[in-house]
Amino acid sequence: MTELRGYKELPIGAVPFRLSTDYKTGDWRALRPVVDNNKCVKCMLCWIFCPDMAIIWDGEQIKVNYDYCKGCGICAHECPVKAIDMVPEPSE
Amino acid sequence: MAQQTLPQIPIKKGEPAYKLWIFEPGWKGELPLILNPRQLAEQKRAAILPGHRLCAGCAAPIIVKLASFAFRGPTIVVNATGCLEVATTIFPYTSWAVPWIHNAFENAAATASGVESAIKAFKKTERLPWDHVDVVVFGGDGGTFDIGLQSLSGAAERGHDFLYILYDNEAYMNTGIQRSGGTPKYAWTTTSPVGSVLPGKTQHKKPIADIMVAHRIPYVATATPAHWLDLMKKVRKGIEVNGPAFIHALSSCDRGWRHDTALAIEVSRRAVDTCYFPLWEWTPEKGYMLTDRSLSIARNPKLKQPIERFLEVQGRFKHLLRPENRHLLKDLQEWVDKVWEDLLNRAVNAPR
Ligand SMILES: Cc1ncc(C[n+]2csc(CCOP(=O)(O)OP(=O)(O)O)c2C)c(N)n1
Ligand code: SF4
Ligand code: SF4
Ligand code: SF4
Ligand SMILES: [Mg+2]
Repeated sequence: MTELRGYKELPIGAVPFRLSTDYKTGDWRALRPVVDNNKCVKCMLCWIFCPDMAIIWDGEQIKVNYDYCKGCGICAHECPVKAIDMVPEPSE
Repeated sequence: MAQQTLPQIPIKKGEPAYKLWIFEPGWKGELPLILNPRQLAEQKRAAILPGHRLCAGCAAPIIVKLASFAFRGPTIVVNATGCLEVATTIFPYTSWAVPWIHNAFENAAATASGVESAIKAFKKTERLPWDHVDVVVFGGDGGTFDIGLQSLSGAAERGHDFLYILYDNEAYMNTGIQRSGGTPKYAWTTTSPVGSVLPGKTQHKKPIADIMVAHRIPYVATATPAHWLDLMKKVRKGIEVNGPAFIHALSSCDRGWRHDTALAIEVSRRAVDTCYFPLWEWTPEKGYMLTDRSLSIARNPKLKQPIERFLEVQGRFKHLLRPENRHLLKDLQEWVDKVWEDLLNRAVNAPR
């Protein structure tokens, strides 16, 4: 019989410690959202709905953070003035 | 005013500010609830970070993001097992910018009770550097309608002060789309297949929000990510009340519902437009109150759309639109109408 281990000897449980921002999900993307800031009326709906926090409002323009954007197309679908186009990523 | 100690989550112009939420000890203020979209984008940071591995177009992170815009200050998130938990904390990464605890599948509400009791004990012995610390639970439909129901009911009965947000994608998605108590009738899942024997699931969805109303807790509401203002207001109300609060949020899953990844918001909107998923809130003082689009539909019944509008974009209901299944469609429509009528009769702000 081995000795039972007390809580002091137990290893710390699974504590995720790195921010997932270190993990880029951009390479999942098959379609790339491209924003036409001339058409954009700055309603922020794309920013509100993006499931990957990949829409950036810099105070003047809407930009996409392609490091994380998975290309779902929600932003393009919800944009009331169709200022976002989904274009195919070049295949390698 | 405790203005100067308001937690600053500084946002530099043009820089994506994916930041942890840091609250300074002694901070007493409340984060404002911002409802103007531009101000929201300029001042608010989501409690969920990018780099999470939920599917492209999943609605669950949108619900978390919107909910977190309504957090009022230091908040601890408790997460039941399910897609949201699994895909946001793949070791060694975490997508949570706030303190977060995972527990087993069946006991999110019990864990929240413990967290809340610990907060109370810390407060009593003056070891808590903040005025209040809020506890918010995110649980899936499997973890809420089915396996976590007794712990949720127990926590509601004991009256712990927390907000439970159910993100309901209407099946056990993380393990491969098995039917749950939240799956609607006639939906295809891998354990309620569609074929010559079965027309999909043969039972109706459990009225989970009404079950929570029956507990007479201080606040119960339904919400969808498409009605984002409504969702944010409800989350804030749920946090502010003293005692348990429950929000049933419809959360589309493009994998399980079999729809295009771009349609998460569209399909939630159609769920409300067809009265498949009415928006309401309930308090012991006022009773049922319709909100947002559902209130508009109650005032102008012409806005109510046929259930096909909700079903037609989803592969899991594809069989219902075949001519030989017209009776199933009719059955579903009658059910939706009945539940909606019933709600209209109970809602205090529905026109009589
Ligand atoms: C006690 C227990 N039983 C089974 C599982 C396996 N399991 C992990 S996630 C999951 C499905 C969760 O479904 P739901 O709560 O609806 O969340 P979703 O994945 O759909 O978001 C299951 C069955 C588990 N983790 N624990
Ligand atoms: S395509 Fe999807 S993930 Fe990419 S920016 Fe638009 S909403 Fe966000
Ligand atoms: S949804 Fe369209 S119009 Fe609105 S901010 Fe985004 S790109 Fe601009
Ligand atoms: S399976 Fe469904 S709920 Fe799970 S991450 Fe994918 S889209 Fe979201
Ligand atoms: Mg589920």
